[in-house]
Amino acid sequence: MRRKKHWLVQPHNIKRLWGVFAMVLVLSVAPNVLLHPHAYFGLDGSFGFFAWYGFVTCVAMVFISKWLGWLVKRKDDYYHDD
Amino acid sequence: MISAFPPGLVLVLGALLIPAVRGHARATLLLGLPLLTLFLIWQVPDGVVLSLAFLDHQLAPVHGSVLGRLFATVFAIMAFAGNLFAMRQARLIELVAACVYAGSAICVTFAGDLITLFVFWELMALSSTLVLWSADTPDAYRASMRYVLIHLLGGVVLMIGIAGHISETGSVAFVAMQPDSLAHWLILIGFLVNAGAPPLSAWIPDAYPEASPSGTVFLSAFTTKIAVYVLLRGFPGAEALVFVGLYMIFYGIIYALMENDMRRILAYSIVNQVGFMVAGVGLGTAMALNGAAAHAFTHIIYKALLLMSAGSVLFMTGKRKCTDLGGLFQSMPMTTLCGIIGALSISSFPFTSGFISKSMISQAAADEHLAAVWFLLAAASAGVFLHAGIKFPWFVFFQKDSGLRPPDPPHNMRLAMYLFAFLCIGLGVYPQPLYAILPYPVDYVPYTATHVVSQLQLLLFAGLAFFVLLPQMKRTLTISLDLDWFYRRPGRVLAVTMTDWASKVQRNLEAAMCTHLNRLMHALSRHHGPQGILARTWPTGSMVLWVAVVLGMYLVLYYL
Repeated sequence: MRRKKHWLVQPHNIKRLWGVFAMVLVLSVAPNVLLHPHAYFGLDGSFGFFAWYGFVTCVAMVFISKWLGWLVKRKDDYYHDD
Repeated sequence: MISAFPPGLVLVLGALLIPAVRGHARATLLLGLPLLTLFLIWQVPDGVVLSLAFLDHQLAPVHGSVLGRLFATVFAIMAFAGNLFAMRQARLIELVAACVYAGSAICVTFAGDLITLFVFWELMALSSTLVLWSADTPDAYRASMRYVLIHLLGGVVLMIGIAGHISETGSVAFVAMQPDSLAHWLILIGFLVNAGAPPLSAWIPDAYPEASPSGTVFLSAFTTKIAVYVLLRGFPGAEALVFVGLYMIFYGIIYALMENDMRRILAYSIVNQVGFMVAGVGLGTAMALNGAAAHAFTHIIYKALLLMSAGSVLFMTGKRKCTDLGGLFQSMPMTTLCGIIGALSISSFPFTSGFISKSMISQAAADEHLAAVWFLLAAASAGVFLHAGIKFPWFVFFQKDSGLRPPDPPHNMRLAMYLFAFLCIGLGVYPQPLYAILPYPVDYVPYTATHVVSQLQLLLFAGLAFFVLLPQMKRTLTISLDLDWFYRRPGRVLAVTMTDWASKVQRNLEAAMCTHLNRLMHALSRHHGPQGILARTWPTGSMVLWVAVVLGMYLVLYYL
């Protein structure tokens, strides 16, 4: 007997969740039209700084970890014959 | 006087009573001891309350301070929740060791001199090794041996530094220092070993995930945070700590992103979070030091909460790798909820405890116009959400369906999680009680429209990056080599070679000595043995003959 999938993991709901997420992202940047955070260093005063900076740095960190992974990743029983 | 008794000793000595009682009495003891300790902590006034003479020095085992009280308070709360989480599932030895461990950490926060500090510092190392050991698996045993070696090494370095400091200054008092002499550098290094600073960061992800489900919760709280405490008190404003902290922050993120074991992900994120605190100590302004102290307080709570949820999953499923887990939200809703609250707190999501503490450190960097530090801290805040805030709950509770349907854990484990989840939200919404007990007056308002919006943008777009790059983050059955490779592989080969060589030399020396000894024994037996010339029995007749000869010669000489 197949259990009915939880609503959260049904494909059409996942699509809907992406829609909600996109809306939340837009909403989070929207206040920047009116709200200008106090810039300490110049760049941090650019439009939606925290949004694009967060995204760009996270992409960078994911790829750095991926590249470093090629160098340092080993099978997880690497130390087992110790 | 009640305030002269070291509050931490209540837990250390009380722990020894735990094996003597059973059932409800034991539960009462496990929960009552931390509460009694917490009460006593708040009875100690500022300044030296208890002074003891030791050799030529005046020790101050009970020295009340605002900073010490802050740390002691969160340690006592942690001991309470940890005992609640562990009391029905953990082995007896783990419960006893954990109480001694928490108690000795509290004793360190009251130590007014370096000798008392060192004694309880080492007691922490021993009792935490016992906590790790009580997981009772071969992996945990081996990890505990590596763990204790690193800590004994750190302890030796610290002790040399303390001895140097005492001989230079003639004082044992624990006061603020600068890394300006060899002795002070050694003290700083000894402290940093416990913080998980480079190059010895690997002991945290190596040892902590091998402990029992509850053991890791205890371990995560005390050792690294006592290091933050002594750094705050001993080296505020030491600039090198900014760089050490930044290294730890990004090391934690990058390694956690590569990791597959759920508790090792969280162990890397301990290094990451302690990095924020160490950087705050290095910045050294009142804002930064407040931020580091407040962050240590909130971190203990949300990190314990995260590890409790991970521990619950491990306890209920026996599995710890992300590749084996997933979809657990369907049958463990409360564990999932508590895990998410912990994850949001560690990410400094608005209205959680991380938001009101970590942001003070960034603010300090902005106030000091340290652009590079500020931009790195901002990137790191996004990175925390990436590696701990989303990665942990996503791969453990959501992602693919593993088919596992374990229920939520037993009620004592759930209660401990509820308590800490409540504190995470409570401190986030109402930070004033925490701000009131920080070492400096707090001139900071976390909830401004721009701050909330900026933080939400940072985190939500970090989240976007996570889901966009999800294919890049596919879990693999791997571990990541770290600098501990040097002592686990070449170091080990070197040690084995040295042992072989030394035993060969020893064998040769022994053989040579045996030859010489044999020759000596042979010569001795030739002269003194049963057939030896000196051991022969002489006949009585020859004796009489020789006496007669002597007497005859005497007569001859007499008449001459």
